[in-house]
Amino acid sequence: MLDILLPILIFAALALAAIGAVRRIRLWRQGRPSPVPVLRGLAAVPRRYLVDLHHVVARDKVMSNTHVATAGGFVAAMGLAIVVHGLGLAEGILGWLLLAASATMFAGSLFVARRRRDPPARLSKGPWMRLPKSLMAFSLGIFVVTLPAVGVLPAGFSQGLGSWLVALVLAGVVAWGLAELVFGMTWGGPMKHAFAGALHLAFHRRPERFSTKGGEGNRSTGLKALDLEDDQAPLGVETPSDFTWNQLLGFDACVQCGRCEAVCPAFAAGQPLNPKKLIQDMVVGMAGGSDAHYTGSPYPSPERGDRPVGEHHGTPHGPIVAPASTKDGKALVDAETLWSCTTCRACVEECPMMIEHVDAIVDMRRHLTLEEGATPGKGAEVIDNLIATDNPGGFDPGGRLNWAADLELPLMADVERAEVLLWLGDGVFDMRNQRTLRALVKVLRAAGVDFAVLGNEERDSGDVARRLGDEATFQSLARRNIATLAQYRFDCVVTCDPHSFHVLKNEYGAFYPEGQESDYPVWHHSTFINQLIEAGRLRLAPGQAARVTYHDPCYLGRYNGEYEAPRAVLQALGVELVEMQRSGYRSRCCGGGGGAPVTDIPGKQRIPDMRMGDVRETQAEQVVVGCPQCTAMFEGVVPPAGDEEVAVKDIAEMVAAALDTTPEAPPAPRDASTAQTTEEVMS
Amino acid sequence: MQPESAMTPGLEVTVLVSIGRHPLTGRARRADQDARGVELARSLADAQVRLLHAGERDESSEAALRGYLGMGFTELSLLEQPEGADVLPALAEALDATSPHLVITGERAERGEGSGLLPYLLAERLGWPLVSGLAAVESVEDGVATLLQALPRGQRRRLKVRLPVIVTVDDAAPAPRQSAYGPARRGAFEATAGPVSVDDEWAAWHVQPARQRPKRLKIVKAASARDRFKAAAAKAEGGGGQVLTDVTPTQGAEAIFTLLREEDVLR
Ligand code: SF4
Ligand code: SF4
Repeated sequence: MLDILLPILIFAALALAAIGAVRRIRLWRQGRPSPVPVLRGLAAVPRRYLVDLHHVVARDKVMSNTHVATAGGFVAAMGLAIVVHGLGLAEGILGWLLLAASATMFAGSLFVARRRRDPPARLSKGPWMRLPKSLMAFSLGIFVVTLPAVGVLPAGFSQGLGSWLVALVLAGVVAWGLAELVFGMTWGGPMKHAFAGALHLAFHRRPERFSTKGGEGNRSTGLKALDLEDDQAPLGVETPSDFTWNQLLGFDACVQCGRCEAVCPAFAAGQPLNPKKLIQDMVVGMAGGSDAHYTGSPYPSPERGDRPVGEHHGTPHGPIVAPASTKDGKALVDAETLWSCTTCRACVEECPMMIEHVDAIVDMRRHLTLEEGATPGKGAEVIDNLIATDNPGGFDPGGRLNWAADLELPLMADVERAEVLLWLGDGVFDMRNQRTLRALVKVLRAAGVDFAVLGNEERDSGDVARRLGDEATFQSLARRNIATLAQYRFDCVVTCDPHSFHVLKNEYGAFYPEGQESDYPVWHHSTFINQLIEAGRLRLAPGQAARVTYHDPCYLGRYNGEYEAPRAVLQALGVELVEMQRSGYRSRCCGGGGGAPVTDIPGKQRIPDMRMGDVRETQAEQVVVGCPQCTAMFEGVVPPAGDEEVAVKDIAEMVAAALDTTPEAPPAPRDASTAQTTEEVMS
Repeated sequence: MQPESAMTPGLEVTVLVSIGRHPLTGRARRADQDARGVELARSLADAQVRLLHAGERDESSEAALRGYLGMGFTELSLLEQPEGADVLPALAEALDATSPHLVITGERAERGEGSGLLPYLLAERLGWPLVSGLAAVESVEDGVATLLQALPRGQRRRLKVRLPVIVTVDDAAPAPRQSAYGPARRGAFEATAGPVSVDDEWAAWHVQPARQRPKRLKIVKAASARDRFKAAAAKAEGGGGQVLTDVTPTQGAEAIFTLLREEDVLR
């Protein structure tokens, strides 16, 4: 009885899965073309899964073991079941292996079930709640039907009248398992993540993120350039089919684990964004339909608590954001959702499926800004300022060095070459940041660094324009900055603005004229100061007995992996460093990135307030930052009544305050006459 | 097109757009007041809006004009004129030929003479009425437009004017929408050669950047916040001064000289 049923079930499931796969692939292929190395990509899947993906999953030990047992058990069990039951080859060890595999999978599914007993809010419910049962059905079913094959149960087990019933029940259980796990994989059930996920790993749009045998993958955090050559081409992503096909594939790989939701600062602040829902909305749009079947946390809404699901709908070729002229103003996603993102990358960092949320959000913003002219809030004004004055505040570009009138900073235009090109950033127009810059200059001078600045030749790096979706203005700024940089000789660029740092380091490369390339390293000032300390070029007088905490700026940490240098500097200063609960790669955004303060989408609370709450929990007296945006955001926070103000200090200010100004111990023997002349000139 | 709007012939609007100049950097851009004019035109229901520019065509002016196209237009009519030409005859002829119902323009240009006279000269030539400082067009019915004119200190005056009419807008008109890059660069220029009349006088002028005039400080003696507010909100009062009639040039010059001394302009 079972000998007949099982092969039928198994091969029917495989056939259905194949049909589903073709349909699913057709959905992805609606996207724009994006060439990938097919065979090399497929060959890389095991490594990308076992090394890179697991690196992320393993941050949650229990979950990662659960997944290894369940997924590993399933893959083995399915493969063996095809041989043992499908082809009827139960000889020798095979049957025993199948037993072992299904038992492992069953053990794993017990953990899945335990997690689903009282699931955290970030997990989706709905069909996902039946997944542990389906896993158990498959593993148990296969286990039991394999017992006679290895001779543990008498062969007569499935003969006779009463056993008919047993056989039917068993076949039913196995069929359920196969339905969920095999063809559910390609027909859109929870197991879809396995099929889409494997292919997503193979054809990822940023293959450089993955490690190879040769070495680590890189972060690959720079946004991809938008091609502006063809002046008839529509810009950015208007409809789901405007994404590249492998982006669509990536969205489909989402397992709705909600890790992104749990770390998203905009979601926590009650702004109408939930990265997980956004990805699911893209899946809805790609297949066509409404978001009514979504079973995770919805987008928060400052007025109504949550935005109800089921009101939004989309089609592959319909607009994602409703154009201003539509009646109810609803399509797949509201514009506010896209503008709430601070581009902090916390979601990308946490996503076990390596989905690129920020790329997708910026792609859609590009359409809104470049095609619709619908940058909200002060966005349009900032962009206009950037176009007219090369800085977001609309200040006179001839006044970039006014703050440093007394510092006599060497200008690149005069000296033409220097060890360090000090990139000042737009903080030159901000009185708070000017203090940081002065401190940094003091530190560089104390270390005897040969540096020069561009002065009025410097322009905004283009960071804000780019995150606001204005790729045209970004590229124009980038090209002009590159041309300026190309005139001078310097060993490296140092800046105290992580946004300029990121853009210069990771995003300018694509805009160098043919035959030229950036040939200089770019350092954040914390890294550079640390190098100076390590080289013994700075004399510090430790003794600031402060208790401080350090906030990792997103564009320094997650974007560029620099977590160590600022901490090393603090250690050299001898201050007591207490870490916030969310620090390092899990640092929570200050709310200042991605143009979020400019678009200013309302939420229930403000992101910087939440982050200062994190700071206060550590009971530190000072929070040390390394970014003008973070400084501005934190200083804008009003402490809760009765609480003391926590000082916000840039790391350069900390170092400048600790400089040892006592004269060098034994003065080097010098020509006495020179010393005297100097004194005379002074009077 | 909906049937009823097809029956009422659409309102034909022409917006005269010029090339602006950013006050700090001098870069060419869409002129702020003209852009407000375009915004005003876009807010009119059932209007067919045409953009018209008379002037030189070069790289920087083209980029600036594209700023208007980015407000949602597919084309812009361009009357090509050499640098320094008087654009008035060309504009008058073009408007005469197309005879729009409503012509909207900014109060004054951001470069060139910037005298603010063009709308008046144009109205005179065409024999149309002119309304300056518009805040809104409330409605257009049966060839009569109801306009809202902006007066100082937020006051508004409602006017009814028979079409065709030339209206000018200043900073009281709604702020222009964002110019979108995609439509801006896809938009086309519909270039026609208009009559050229060389402005000899202008050619003889010497133009140099203006120096900022010092602002007269208002000295407010107020004890309370209420007084300070009243003083700040008060109308600028004429008062003082004297009217001199039938005096010799020397007497007049002396009077002016004395005043300048009193005001500490001359020391
Ligand atoms: S996008 Fe990634 S992190 Fe977010 S729910 Fe999906 S799989 Fe999880
Ligand atoms: S980048 Fe940051 S703000 Fe944007 S969706 Fe991801 S976690 Fe949220």
